[in-house]
Amino acid sequence: MPTITERLAQDVRFKESINSCINCGVCTAICAAAEFYDYSPRQIAGIVQEGNEEKIIALLKSDTIWFCGQCMSCKTRCPRNNCVGIIIAVLRKISQEEGYFVESRMGRQQLLIKRNIGSTILKYGYCIHPEIVNPEYHPEQGPTWEWVYKNKEKVYERMNANLDKPGSGTLRKIEQDTLQELRDIFEVSGGVELFDKIEKYSFEKAAEMGLASNPDSMDNYVKYISNE
Amino acid sequence: MQNEGLKNIWAKYQKEIADDHYYYLRSCIRQNFFPGAEYYFLKILREVLGKDVYDDPRHTTCTGIGYHSDIVPFETIQTVVAREFALMTAAGYRNVAVSCVTSFGIYSEILETWREFPKELQKARENLWKATKREFEIPENIAHASDIIYKFRHQIAEKAKYKLVNTNTGKPLQIVEHIGCHYAKMFPVKGIGGAEFPQVLSGMIAAWGGDVVDYPERRHCCGFGFRQYLVQQNRGYSLSNSKKKLESMQPYEPDAIICNCPGCTMFLDRWQYTLYEMEGKRYGQNNESIPVLAYEELAALVLGFEPWNVGLQMHEINTESLLDKMGIAYNPDEKYLDKNKQPIGSFNKTGCLSCC
Repeated sequence: MPTITERLAQDVRFKESINSCINCGVCTAICAAAEFYDYSPRQIAGIVQEGNEEKIIALLKSDTIWFCGQCMSCKTRCPRNNCVGIIIAVLRKISQEEGYFVESRMGRQQLLIKRNIGSTILKYGYCIHPEIVNPEYHPEQGPTWEWVYKNKEKVYERMNANLDKPGSGTLRKIEQDTLQELRDIFEVSGGVELFDKIEKYSFEKAAEMGLASNPDSMDNYVKYISNE
Repeated sequence: MQNEGLKNIWAKYQKEIADDHYYYLRSCIRQNFFPGAEYYFLKILREVLGKDVYDDPRHTTCTGIGYHSDIVPFETIQTVVAREFALMTAAGYRNVAVSCVTSFGIYSEILETWREFPKELQKARENLWKATKREFEIPENIAHASDIIYKFRHQIAEKAKYKLVNTNTGKPLQIVEHIGCHYAKMFPVKGIGGAEFPQVLSGMIAAWGGDVVDYPERRHCCGFGFRQYLVQQNRGYSLSNSKKKLESMQPYEPDAIICNCPGCTMFLDRWQYTLYEMEGKRYGQNNESIPVLAYEELAALVLGFEPWNVGLQMHEINTESLLDKMGIAYNPDEKYLDKNKQPIGSFNKTGCLSCC
């Protein structure tokens, strides 16, 4: 069984993202997340470079790895051509594979994203579809979006879109054979396995917290993580 | 001024952009929120510039939003991208035009990975074959859709009906350009002008008569942050980053913000509305909000296409102040009409929207 440090090193993205960090802190100075969260990409680079298994596992169980916004500004400015944003992506991958993500408030949110964006990808063939941008959960979208949402067919027709209809064009309906290819890709390349792991570890956490008794009744847990 | 040295340095940040025959890959966010932008991109290329673009109904999301919010594995997104390339190959195309900046970053990352690690490419080929029995060639040229508009910016200027000039004063309009992080921050050589001085939008603005505003937070992220917006509790991150940019550009009194990335277009538009609702504050001239447009929409306006056909009524922040300055004719009574000139539902614009 490889250690976490060894597993990090097996990911080609990790190999490309850390070249003897000199801890200068330029990444933290430019980091959009560091301004708004208690977060320092410089510390992340230091911890993974040190290779201390206990410290890395503690990181995988913490909120810290979930603060990054993946803007990759750190990559542009690093004098060593490192990219903490990508290191974070690899840490998050292992955190989910090992079930560590459910040990932090921010990590637990992965279930919400999987059920929202993950389901939309396989249902519609898009990451976003107008149907999922419900104004009730998106007050920031404002009254114009509410008007669009309530009058989708006519508004998108006015924009020469092809909403949910066969053929080419904006927001066209993705046909079943194409959706099946997408699902088969997720099956053979580990996408479905990751979805299943997020559900499995989330249920185990929900059961531990007394918020679910079986995987089909996760409403209380979802409500909890949506508000914690 | 001796600037040969500078020219040599920046020469490496110029990229080759195919001249014709593009396989178009659409954007999830742009389709939802600014569908007119994609429609007019194709219309401009085909009808104004006489180019060939293939709009394939079989392509899907690249899954980039899922990848950067960590629910889609790297191996999976590589295979999805491989499928897009297989469709391109089967259609007989070799040049890709990408509508989305997140997708453009994904293609750049994956192609670099395949170049550095051939085993990853082999694995993507095997996964794709196993799942779909498809095979693919790597594209000869990948351009963001804005690269193509940039390439033909002078031809567009020659055919322009309107300029980025204030028709009341005769002075160039002051335009903020926002590039979007994933265009060139990861791979500067993939963007025109690199990550620090991208020219892709500033080149268009200059060619069409405007001035580019250089403000302190010009390169700061709009704040999308993927999971930081997708999860409702985290949206303070997203809002705060946009606020930082808006506060930084405010003293320069921009006439408009032009965006490269569909997500950034949406956030800089929507967060202005939200900030007014939260704090009663606006960031534009005369205590109004700043119109936010996608570059395709701007190109369409410059060329004289009708603003409501272009889709400006789908923006949360009104764009009429920009139209008025450019001298663009429009009928305000037709803003919310359908194709048959009948009203589409009804809604009351309140708060920020009642007057900006």
